Amino acid sequence: MLPGKKGWAAIKIIVFLLSLVPFGLLLKDAINDQLGANPIETLHFGFGDWALRFLCIGLALSPSKTVTGQNWPMRFRRMMGLFAFFYASLHLLVFIVLDLSLSWEAFKDEVPKSPYILMGLLTYLLLFPLAVTSTKKMQKRLGRSWIKLHQLVYVAGLTAVVHYFWLVKADYTEPLIYAVVIGAVLGIRVAVYYRKRAKVFVS
Amino acid sequence: MLIKTKSNILSSEITDRAVFESRREFIKAATIFSAGIMLPSSGHAETGKYADVPIGPYSAKLPVTGREDVTSYTNYYEFSSNKKDSTVLARALKTKPWSVEVAGEVEKPGVYNLEDILKDNPVQERIYRFRCVEAWSMVVPWIGFPLGEMLKRFKPTSKAKFVEFTTIYNPEVMIGQRSGGLDWPYVEGLRIDEAMHPLTMMVTGMYGDELPNQNGAPLRLIVPWKYGFKSIKAIVKIRFTENMPETAWHKNAPNEYGFYANVNPEVSHPRWSQSRERVLGSSLFTPKRDTEKFNGYGAEVAALYSDMDLKQYF
Repeated sequence: MLPGKKGWAAIKIIVFLLSLVPFGLLLKDAINDQLGANPIETLHFGFGDWALRFLCIGLALSPSKTVTGQNWPMRFRRMMGLFAFFYASLHLLVFIVLDLSLSWEAFKDEVPKSPYILMGLLTYLLLFPLAVTSTKKMQKRLGRSWIKLHQLVYVAGLTAVVHYFWLVKADYTEPLIYAVVIGAVLGIRVAVYYRKRAKVFVS
Repeated sequence: MLIKTKSNILSSEITDRAVFESRREFIKAATIFSAGIMLPSSGHAETGKYADVPIGPYSAKLPVTGREDVTSYTNYYEFSSNKKDSTVLARALKTKPWSVEVAGEVEKPGVYNLEDILKDNPVQERIYRFRCVEAWSMVVPWIGFPLGEMLKRFKPTSKAKFVEFTTIYNPEVMIGQRSGGLDWPYVEGLRIDEAMHPLTMMVTGMYGDELPNQNGAPLRLIVPWKYGFKSIKAIVKIRFTENMPETAWHKNAPNEYGFYANVNPEVSHPRWSQSRERVLGSSLFTPKRDTEKFNGYGAEVAALYSDMDLKQYF
């Protein structure tokens, strides 16, 4: 009952376009001056939220394969990961270009004083090599070490949530939701890992 | 930037609101993509309840932040931690009738109707800078009266060293009070000399009209040289105390929010710098403004803290 090759190609295009919708909406609001009282913050938080959401979706795909037994979610892992990187890049770009106004002075003053900004930068540094090596070519070239390298995405999921927790003043509801999602996804991965190991051990 | 003035210009003599707003829209449209241009504005005459209020002393000659920005971006955790949501949620608060309980070290304690308080304390308009601890700022034309004038009428005793303020506790309507985050009701406090300082205001309106609910109606505090969280909203109780009151944010995170909370670019929040501030209403390409010590009111208030280490008493 699953779609054929052409069908998947069409679905991928649709998912791709849908993933661009949050970007389009924020861009539209920016052009129409509809970003509210603190437009830079609206863009900054908007892109950050979507980076985290795509990271969660991307991380949830392989556990959903485990749970449902269906292989097709894996087809979207690369795209979701790259969209997480796309929104994380916009998030960082807004911070550097608009919030800090490209001022080295401001960067030097503000970044070291903020553990949460440092955690955000670390998250981006973790995602960067994954985006660069996301092509099929690189996957082939790196072989087994590609898999090892791309396990960094789990670390990035954790640091991204810590980044969010550390900037909140008192209401932890939203970062808590992301923490639960990422915790669940990681939990399933760890469970699968130990079950496999146990099997290997028995045989 | 502060110009002390005893001018008696009425708000209504400045610029007609419609003219001002259409001008603002035009300028906004013209400058949306041009870098580094702040929205210019001068005067903000209104047609509301307090349109003809005289301008009081200490009012700054500064471009005022757009009313739309000030009313749609509020920290009001009693309703929501989302600055936009509280705009809508706060509508549910009933602000009439309103009374304020006066208690503690005072000769004339009691429950006072807000109307009676307003009869005794004629209002005036003052344009003040407002700096949030989250490193954003705005310039607001508040309508109110000096807190000290009001407090003197209650005749504080010699034991009154501090003044404690409490926000209404009403979890039926204030849905944020149903969950944790802060220990409700919200409590703030000032040292008696800070409370009596002529800059400190009790506020009942802004932009020539009554205070919108999300901005703290019907009665809030404004202490322009301190971070915004000191300026408590929807006050129902004023208590004079001998000891320093425990305050809401200080109780939540004593290492992050001090009792004094004076605006100070030299003392960082443990999690972020306080040296700059994002001015609300500025364009996407406007750099942040350098934060001034005591939010620019140092000439008036620095003497209150002359013998204190502000790094220790932040």
